[in-house]
Amino acid sequence: MAVVERTVGTKNTVTKRRKSRLGAGEGRTAFFFLLPSLIGVTLFLVVPIIASVVLSFTNWKLLGQPQFVGFANYIRLFTADPQFWPVVRNTLFFTFEYLVLNIVISLGLAVWISSLKRGQRWFRVIFFLPTFTPGIAVAIVWMLIFAPDGFFDFIMRSLAIHIPSVLTDQNLAMQAVIVVSLWAGVGYNTVLFNAALDMVPANYLEAARIDGASAWDRFWKIRLPLISPTLFFGTVMTAITSLQVFDQIYVMTRGGPGTATATLGYSIFQKGFQNFQMGYASAIAWVMFAMIMVLTAFQFWLQRKWVHYDN
Amino acid sequence: MTTKAKAKANERRTLALDILNHGALTLVALLFLFPFFWMLTNAVRSNAEVLAIPVRILPNVYEWGNFAQAWTQLPFGRFFLNSVIVSVSVTVITVFVSSLSGYAFARLKFPGRDQLLMAYLATLMVPGIMLIIPLYLIVNAMGMVNTFQGVILPVAFGTFGSFLLRQFFLSIPLELEEAARIDGASRLRILVSIIIPLSMPAIGLLSLFTFIAQWNNFLWPLIVMTGQDNATLPVGLTLFQTQQRTEWNFIMAGAALSMIPGIILAIVLQKLIYNSISLNAGMGGR
Repeated sequence: MAVVERTVGTKNTVTKRRKSRLGAGEGRTAFFFLLPSLIGVTLFLVVPIIASVVLSFTNWKLLGQPQFVGFANYIRLFTADPQFWPVVRNTLFFTFEYLVLNIVISLGLAVWISSLKRGQRWFRVIFFLPTFTPGIAVAIVWMLIFAPDGFFDFIMRSLAIHIPSVLTDQNLAMQAVIVVSLWAGVGYNTVLFNAALDMVPANYLEAARIDGASAWDRFWKIRLPLISPTLFFGTVMTAITSLQVFDQIYVMTRGGPGTATATLGYSIFQKGFQNFQMGYASAIAWVMFAMIMVLTAFQFWLQRKWVHYDN
Repeated sequence: MTTKAKAKANERRTLALDILNHGALTLVALLFLFPFFWMLTNAVRSNAEVLAIPVRILPNVYEWGNFAQAWTQLPFGRFFLNSVIVSVSVTVITVFVSSLSGYAFARLKFPGRDQLLMAYLATLMVPGIMLIIPLYLIVNAMGMVNTFQGVILPVAFGTFGSFLLRQFFLSIPLELEEAARIDGASRLRILVSIIIPLSMPAIGLLSLFTFIAQWNNFLWPLIVMTGQDNATLPVGLTLFQTQQRTEWNFIMAGAALSMIPGIILAIVLQKLIYNSISLNAGMGGR
């Protein structure tokens, strides 16, 4: 008995030792496999995130010694900077109008495309094209369209509509930026929603049709609820990117006229790389992050009211 | 007879509606394509004609030489090359780094693996624009302002690729590599000769989206590439915008050049793109 027990015991320790040695070997392999990624992520992601927090509490202006200033940057932002609230207002205005129009238009296009018997993929490609082209090139082309006495003004004059030149008008400039952003951005969501509509089982719709449901009812009561998780995903992602809008504004208006189209993204660039107020710009970046988080959390809260999951 | 005739009339009506529906959407699509048309037709005019009042829809004289001139003189050829260098380098590094780390996450056991993966996923929530200031300071401290490595390295280590490839690697049957392991093949060898060849759809997708994101990227190269010779296409396009006399025709030619790779890829790889987006649609929000 004792002998047997002992042999069993040794066998156990042997396998255990081999297992742990194998485990250590695997751990070492994993370490080397992860090393390039870990170095890059640490240097270009973790350190910058921490540095950004620290910077936002300093008054670093690129040259000279940074000084720790506590919450001074944030206090200045919220109470003293005359540009800050207009910039927040512009960012929210852009995000709200762009988000609503983007979702409505892309959903409309997706439904329309899915109603075709053939050629769906070509329409998907056409609306998707701007998604794969540089936003800067898109904005420059539209700038020519919106230029004074350019194509847009020509059309307006032909229709006898009298409006001021859009890019230099206090109210219209933002509308022009939104139009360009929509043209560049609806394609992705169109394809996304179209793909979701394709996945709605045909027999659901057929059964509803036999029961006498109209096309209108089939859309609102069957297709829309079934694609609502995708709709939610598209809305959240679009909101996150639109809060960071920069390219179109840099090319078309540089935040102007006045501060009519200055957004948080543009402010970070301006304060950081034109005024070299690195600390102050970092504080703006964290305000933007907070807004992204709040808006996303709000959407997750809201989804309980309209998103249907089938499990 | 009457029911047959009715059915036929019905069929004809749906066909007519179909054609009408198709035609209407075609019209919308053509209107949507107008900016491309405007870009191309203005690229081949003289600048005086671009600025002519009133606007002409089509050029009087087609100046095809504008493209060659924009390529050599402005120099969009140089910018194009810079864009290729940056986008291809970032793509190659991303695929290399993500394959290794994705394999470690998918197949290797090590302490803290799941926590590390969660941390990688968490970094995806940090918006890129937030990090440009500290990233610039790091690149500046490393003496890499206005260099290619300064533009390339900070954007080549995104965590999304690790996650994407991990998910794909997990779907590959374990038995395929177990046979190789019994034969004594190393993990690296297994990755290179078994896993990667089987993962070409996922690696292709990662390459495509990384390449396009970098090709279209503007803010980061704008900040790092301070010299005109090193500008990528999007940065180059904005350089001539601020000059006294804007040469719109050449800028439109440059814009067209910058759109070529994306448009070709979007058309040629439409199936891959659709499948990947439809994967998102299937997982949306879940």
